[in-house]
Amino acid sequence: MEELMEILTNLHPDVDFETCDTLVDDKILDSFDIVTIISEVADAFDVAISAQYILPEHFNSARALYDLIQKLEDEE
Amino acid sequence: MKRKRIIRAVCSVLVVVSTLFMLQKLLLPKYVSDVVEGRLIAEYYAEEKDHDVIFIGDCEVYENFSPKILWEDYGINSYIRGSAQQLIWQSYYLLEDTLRYEKPKVVVFNVLALKYNEPQSEAYNRMSLEGMRWSMAKVKAIQASMTDEEHFLDYVFPILRYHSRWSSLKAEDVEYLFADRKVSHNGYYMRVDVKPAKDVPEGKMLADYRFGENAYRYLDKMTKLCRDNGIELVLVKAPSLYPYWYDEWEQQIEDYARQNGLLYINFLELAEETGLDYNSDTYDGGLHLNLSGAEKITAYLGQVLRDEYHLADRRPEERLSRIWADKAAAYEQDRKRQEEEMEKQ
Amino acid sequence: MFFTSYEFLGFLLLLFVCYYTVPKKFQWMLLLLFSCVFYFMADPYYLIYISVTTVSVYYLGLKIEEQAEKQKAYLAAHKGTLGKEEKKAYKERVRKRQTGLFLAALILNLGILAVLKYTNFVIANVNGILHAAGSGHTIAFVDLLLPMGISFYTFQAVGYLIDVYRGTIPAEKNLFRFALFVSFFPQLVQGPISRFNDLSQTLYEEHEFAWSGFSRGLQRILWGYFKKLVIADRILIGVNEIIRNPDDYTGAYVFAGMMFYALELYADFTGGIDITIGAAQCLGIRVTENFNRPYFSKSIKEYWRRWHITMGTWFTDYIFYPISISRPMLKISKVSRKYLGNRIGKRVPVYLSSFAVWLATGVWHGASWNFIVWGLGNWAVIMISQELEPLYRRFHARFSVEDKTGFRIFQIVRTVLLMSCLRTFDCYRDVPLTFRMFGTMFTAGNWNILWDGSLLGLGLQLTDYAVLLAGTVLIFAVSMLQRSGSVREKIAAKPYPVRFAVWYGLFLIVLLMGVYGIGYDASQFIYNQF
Repeated sequence: MEELMEILTNLHPDVDFETCDTLVDDKILDSFDIVTIISEVADAFDVAISAQYILPEHFNSARALYDLIQKLEDEE
Repeated sequence: MKRKRIIRAVCSVLVVVSTLFMLQKLLLPKYVSDVVEGRLIAEYYAEEKDHDVIFIGDCEVYENFSPKILWEDYGINSYIRGSAQQLIWQSYYLLEDTLRYEKPKVVVFNVLALKYNEPQSEAYNRMSLEGMRWSMAKVKAIQASMTDEEHFLDYVFPILRYHSRWSSLKAEDVEYLFADRKVSHNGYYMRVDVKPAKDVPEGKMLADYRFGENAYRYLDKMTKLCRDNGIELVLVKAPSLYPYWYDEWEQQIEDYARQNGLLYINFLELAEETGLDYNSDTYDGGLHLNLSGAEKITAYLGQVLRDEYHLADRRPEERLSRIWADKAAAYEQDRKRQEEEMEKQ
Repeated sequence: MFFTSYEFLGFLLLLFVCYYTVPKKFQWMLLLLFSCVFYFMADPYYLIYISVTTVSVYYLGLKIEEQAEKQKAYLAAHKGTLGKEEKKAYKERVRKRQTGLFLAALILNLGILAVLKYTNFVIANVNGILHAAGSGHTIAFVDLLLPMGISFYTFQAVGYLIDVYRGTIPAEKNLFRFALFVSFFPQLVQGPISRFNDLSQTLYEEHEFAWSGFSRGLQRILWGYFKKLVIADRILIGVNEIIRNPDDYTGAYVFAGMMFYALELYADFTGGIDITIGAAQCLGIRVTENFNRPYFSKSIKEYWRRWHITMGTWFTDYIFYPISISRPMLKISKVSRKYLGNRIGKRVPVYLSSFAVWLATGVWHGASWNFIVWGLGNWAVIMISQELEPLYRRFHARFSVEDKTGFRIFQIVRTVLLMSCLRTFDCYRDVPLTFRMFGTMFTAGNWNILWDGSLLGLGLQLTDYAVLLAGTVLIFAVSMLQRSGSVREKIAAKPYPVRFAVWYGLFLIVLLMGVYGIGYDASQFIYNQF
């Protein structure tokens, strides 16, 4: 989780990722950000998030994203 | 609650219908100051419909024959149902339309319209058809006349056709919202000015001189309609020098008349008999006759009609005489007005 | 059958009447029937193409899902007996089969689109190369039928296919229901490009007639006609005059044409979408919004999130993401980060894949270099502003104008101007001409034509400009009102006479000021010696 937080905060230092749960809905993260996150996550967690998981529900909050990563790690 | 809703709905519909009706009235061209040709067809319906002779055709009837002369000289009660570039199917359906109201003894049709085999111009369609009252004849006339760009709905709701006239409305559009102004004398459009015919061009060579199939079809229909109703059909060619009347056309009409036992009068060949002088009897260099020309050839035609078809002299009919006395007064007034205007210029 | 024809209105009316009189369970079938008729009336041959797309995507979609179900059943049956490696190998085999089916459908459908739409473009370019190489040989153009709306329905079907392949939606089991999704006529001509997930929620439902929803739909249609007939088709006269006579209209005229076109395109496209969504709403069907006041965007990137939204998200979801997070791309990202440094390196995948997206967007819009240059122009602007982002941040930190109204207006005007400049490629015959015309704006020095009455020579009268100005103000006012919610709902809350006056007034405006039919020109009626 900490690693993920670092990735996110590096991207948008001004956003409070602990509490925000409308990252996609409020257009805080755009498509470029999402791609950057996915590629950094691939590096840090060795998990490939494929396009089918790019849904607002997975990217609206740091928590949801972390849950997704863990789920994908389990499946590996 | 429910009653309130119903009242509301009824009021709304009334407002919509009445405003649309008024707008349509306002936007329709009035054809009173210029292009009066657009009014000719509609004027017929206000008449007392008891005519002996009905003319149908294009400008070669409504500018060249004067019903007033037929009345004054022969006691023949006649009316002209003609409009600008009236195509043969329009003439045919106007005849059908006329027969809904009366059965004349003679119908005179001017044959120039045979040269057109297809719909020509949307604007002229409008001027010929809009004045017609609604009947099956009108529906068929519209269908036969529409150019590709036209739509039947535009005739049913002319507001669709003229919607953009809002930006060019004039005082006359309000003035004649409901008021009428007579522009013709029993369908005759009077002009008194003079412009001699000079250097009338020869007709251009045509690829095919035969009248179109469609045109012939309507001529046949017209012949049949008259025959079925016991009406004598007379074909005429007005003495207009232009559009050019080809010998080949003349031949076809002569053949047609002979085959169908119809009387055909070509006024182009009767200048001597009618006394027509192309220096003084036309107002636009030979395309149309002025009043003097029209009166001359009408006098001639009247004699033929009386002799051939034994049309009774109706001048003794008191009621009709009174009506014609008024018409003659209006006729003279129009003539005087135009002559005065000419002098001013 | 154009949206702006009497036939279309009659068609809609007939549909509405039938739709609410047939038993509710037949409603969606009626829609399919009407959609087929709509298509048939345009050209009977179109039906063949749309049927091929429908049947192939439907069938292969089912097959793909069948594989997934088999896998599920197999794994459940052998639970406990299969080792992790065996499981993985089995899954991979299934995925491979699914991918084969998926690619077959994809290639077939995009292939049809590509052949019909781009063959002549390719031939023209090959001829150009042959000519440049000095060969006298040329290839003849082929006469191919381009079915109406093929770009839209193909994309809609392909989107469905990808979703099924990804397993995010279940495949539709009923061929005819699927056929309705592909051919739903209001959105056939110009979109929106709906997702199966969204549209299927209301498309097949039984719909009870409800005046409130129905009247909202009619109101939306009317508003669409207002934009299309009163604004777009009127200004189009001026736009065409300018772009069709490039020799006569240079410099400031090009600028005027650009701004006219911005208005024309907006009014025409959003108006058409209003008619589409309104017609669907009359039927109780919810179609995704395609615009969100795009001319209020503060940047090109934002503009593309608010203009033709369904196309943008389609490209993002189905092209941008798959490419940018594909394994090869992630590898490229690693390499580029190593050599180009972290900051630039990690953006390489994004730039490469958005290049692909904008190229595709350009090509999708039309088979010509104009659209390709236009698409890449958009890409370039977006990338440049992305790169300048840090600079902007520093600027804002220093001057804190970001929330000032004046600055926002500046951003909005800048975005509209930029988009209008890019769109000139949409207008002129070819790319060199576009550059030349664009250049004349800076050299011709004829700005006085904007106010000396020259604009009255474009086939537009003073009254036309007055109508356009008033109409634009009205659209602007409505957009401002929209920020706090649906304008139609706001009007609905007013007393009856007000509502009636508003909607009947709008109807009369469309009726009288719409540019439709033959149009009245007194000179047509001048007596012409007959």
